[in-house]
Amino acid sequence: MAVKAAGRVAAAPDSGPGRRTESDELIQLLTPEGERAEHPDYPLEISTEEIKGLYRDLVLVRRIDFEAIALQRQGELGIWASLLGQEAAQVGSGRALGPRDMAFPTYREHGVAWCRGLDPAKLLELYRGVSHGGWDPKAHNFHLYTIVIGSQTLHATGYAMGIQRDGAVGEDGEAAIAYFGDGATSQGDVNEAFIWASVTNAPVVFFCQNNQWAISEPLERQSRVPLYRRAHGFGFPGVRVDGNDVLACLAVTRKAMQAAREGQGPTLIEAYTYRMGAHTTTDDPTRYRLAAELEAWKLKDPVERVKQYLIRSGLTQMSFIEEVEQEAAEVGTRVRKACLEMPDPQPLAIFENVYAEPNALVDAEREQYAAYLDTFVGEEAAR
Amino acid sequence: MTTLTLSKALNEGLRKALEDDPRVLIMGEDVGKLGGVFRVTDGLQKDFGEARVVDTPLAESGIVGTAIGLALRGYRPVCEIQFDGFVYPAFDQIVTQLAKMHLRSLGKLSLPVVIRIPCGGGIGAVEHHSESPEAYFVHTAGLRVVACGNPEDAYTMIQQSISCDDPVIFFEPKRRYWDKAEVDTAGSAADALPLSRARTVVSGTDVTVLAYGPMVRMCAEAAVAADADGRSLEVIDLRSLSPLDTEAIFASVRRTGRCVVVHEASVTGGLGAEIAARISEQCFYHLEAPVLRVGGFSTPYPPSRLEEHFLPDLDRVLDAVDRTYSY
Repeated sequence: MAVKAAGRVAAAPDSGPGRRTESDELIQLLTPEGERAEHPDYPLEISTEEIKGLYRDLVLVRRIDFEAIALQRQGELGIWASLLGQEAAQVGSGRALGPRDMAFPTYREHGVAWCRGLDPAKLLELYRGVSHGGWDPKAHNFHLYTIVIGSQTLHATGYAMGIQRDGAVGEDGEAAIAYFGDGATSQGDVNEAFIWASVTNAPVVFFCQNNQWAISEPLERQSRVPLYRRAHGFGFPGVRVDGNDVLACLAVTRKAMQAAREGQGPTLIEAYTYRMGAHTTTDDPTRYRLAAELEAWKLKDPVERVKQYLIRSGLTQMSFIEEVEQEAAEVGTRVRKACLEMPDPQPLAIFENVYAEPNALVDAEREQYAAYLDTFVGEEAAR
Repeated sequence: MTTLTLSKALNEGLRKALEDDPRVLIMGEDVGKLGGVFRVTDGLQKDFGEARVVDTPLAESGIVGTAIGLALRGYRPVCEIQFDGFVYPAFDQIVTQLAKMHLRSLGKLSLPVVIRIPCGGGIGAVEHHSESPEAYFVHTAGLRVVACGNPEDAYTMIQQSISCDDPVIFFEPKRRYWDKAEVDTAGSAADALPLSRARTVVSGTDVTVLAYGPMVRMCAEAAVAADADGRSLEVIDLRSLSPLDTEAIFASVRRTGRCVVVHEASVTGGLGAEIAARISEQCFYHLEAPVLRVGGFSTPYPPSRLEEHFLPDLDRVLDAVDRTYSY
C-alpha cells in the first residue's frame, strides 16, 4: 500500500471484496517523507511554533510510553497498552479540543491524556494496580479510561445530549469526543451510539483509530467496508484521515469538533494508523502478523515525518530536536520516579467509594475485615 | 390523602421529581406520547417537554449508556426498561459502567441514575415479560436495588431513588400496577421511611415471612389465612434488596425462631439463599427450623398457562409455614 509521494490521496489497502474505491480518500497534510500537502477541505494555518509544539508532544508521549513498557518489563507495572505508532492520531486530535470539550478515552489514549494536561504518572496507577483510574475527569475534561470495548461511545453521546440540554450548542459551544478502535466498531454499543448521536444530532465526534489490529484479529474480521463509510448509513459524515499525520488529524478533528459545537451533529473520523507495538505487554504479535508489515509502516512513522519536515524546510535547527530529546529524557525519569514512589493502597481502601451514600453492608464488611486484620498485629510484634 | 393505583402513584412520584429538580429526566421506549406501556409516564412529556421526557431509540444498552453520559454532565436520568426480560442488553452498561464509575473515579464521580424495571409474572404474558432478575443486580456491588410493593411506597420510593446519589435498580411489580391505596401526596418523600429500610406489614409472633414486590400482598393475605389456623405470621416487606435491612430481618427472626422467604425468582442463587445464609450466621441459636424458601422453580419461566404453578401462592406459603414446624 503505497502513499503517493507529496499527494494528498492515498489508496486504502486492497485486501477484501468491496474494499477499495476511488472515494477511499485519505486526508493527508504531511507526507511520510515530511513534505507539506494541501487539501481544499482542510486548510490548516499553523505557525512553526505550533508545529514544533506538536513535535514536542509526539516525542514526549512516545517517551512516556517507552518508559511505561520498561517499567512493565521490570515488574513495576502489571501491564501496559502501548500507543506506539498512534501518537499523531492522539496528539493531532487531542490538540484540536477546546478546554470545555469532553474526551472519552479507551485505555490506550495516553497521548490524548497528555494533551488534556493529565499527569502521566496518574495513568500508571491503573496499570500498576493501585487504582482503577482515579483521576478527576472534570479537572481535565478527560474521562476515565474505559476498558470494556466501545462502552464509552454511549457515555460520550449521552454527555453530548447533556450539552444540548444545557444550551451549550452554537457559537462558543461545547462538544464531546469518543475514542475507540477498529475492533470496537463491531460492538453493539458503538452502533447504538451512532444511532443515538444521529437521531439526536448530538455534538459528538467519533474518533476511531483504525490501527489495523484488534489484538490478533485484522480489520478484515471486523468489516468489509472502510470504517469511515459506516457513518453514511447512520446519516452523518465520515472521513478517513492519515492517522500518522499529526497535521491532518489536527485539521480534520478541529473541523469536526467545530461542526459539532455549532450544532451540525456528529462526524465519524477514521484515523488510519498502525499499532506498531503489541496489543499490550502480554501480547506477542509475531504469532499473527508478519514483520514485513511493521517494516512498511515504520516508513510512515508519525514522529519522524514531522522531524523531517521541520529540519528539511529549515524551520528549525538540530538544537531544538536535541532540546526535545533532553526534555523527553527528563519526563521519562520523572514518570519512572513517580511510579517507583507510588505507595500501595491500604487494605481497607477496598471498601472506599463503592457507594456515594453510606451503605450498611459495605460498612459491616469493612468493620469485620478491620477486626480480622487487627488479630495479626500482635503476631507481627511477637516475631 | 388520595386514592391512587400503584402505576399512578409512580406517575405522581415522577411528576414531583420532575417539578422539584430540573436536572431530572425520564428516558425510555414509548415513555412519551404513549405514556409507557403501563402508563407510568402518562402525561409527563406533555407537561415537561420532549427534552426531559425522552422517547429513545429501541436499544436498552443505549438507554443506560447515554443515561450514564447525561449523569456525567450533571443530569439525573430515570430510565424505563419496558419489561424485565429486556434488561439484558443493558446488563453490560449497568454492571461494568454504572455500578463501578464511582469507585473507578475514587469517589470523584457519582451516577445518580434510576433504572425502573417492571418485574414479575401473573399477567398471562408471553416469554421474557414475567421475569424476576433482581439477584443479578443484588450480586453487583455499586448498585442499590429496591422493590416497591404498594402505591404508597411506590410514590415515596421512586422519589427517594431519584434523590439518591448512587445508581438504583427500581423494581415495579407489574401485576400490582392496578392495586389501589391511599397515598399522602402532600407529604415529603424525604420524611418517609428511608429507602434502605424494611417495613413490617403484619406483626406476628410465630413465623417471619420475608417478601418484596408482588409477593407482599399475597403474604399479607397468607397471614390472615394462617391466623384462622391459629398461627401468627409476621410479614416484612424488604423494600431494599441491596443493601438488605438485616437489622429488621434478624430482630424479627430472633423473636419468632422461624423464617420463610418468598420471591417469584427461581430459588437457586436467588435472594432467598443470601437471606437464609445470613440468618443462619446471625440467628443460629434462635432458630427452631431451617430458613425455608418459597420461590420459582429452577426452570425458565413457563408459558403463561402454567404460571400459576411456578409462582408462589398463598397455599405454598402456608405449606412452607407448616413445614417450619416439622423440625
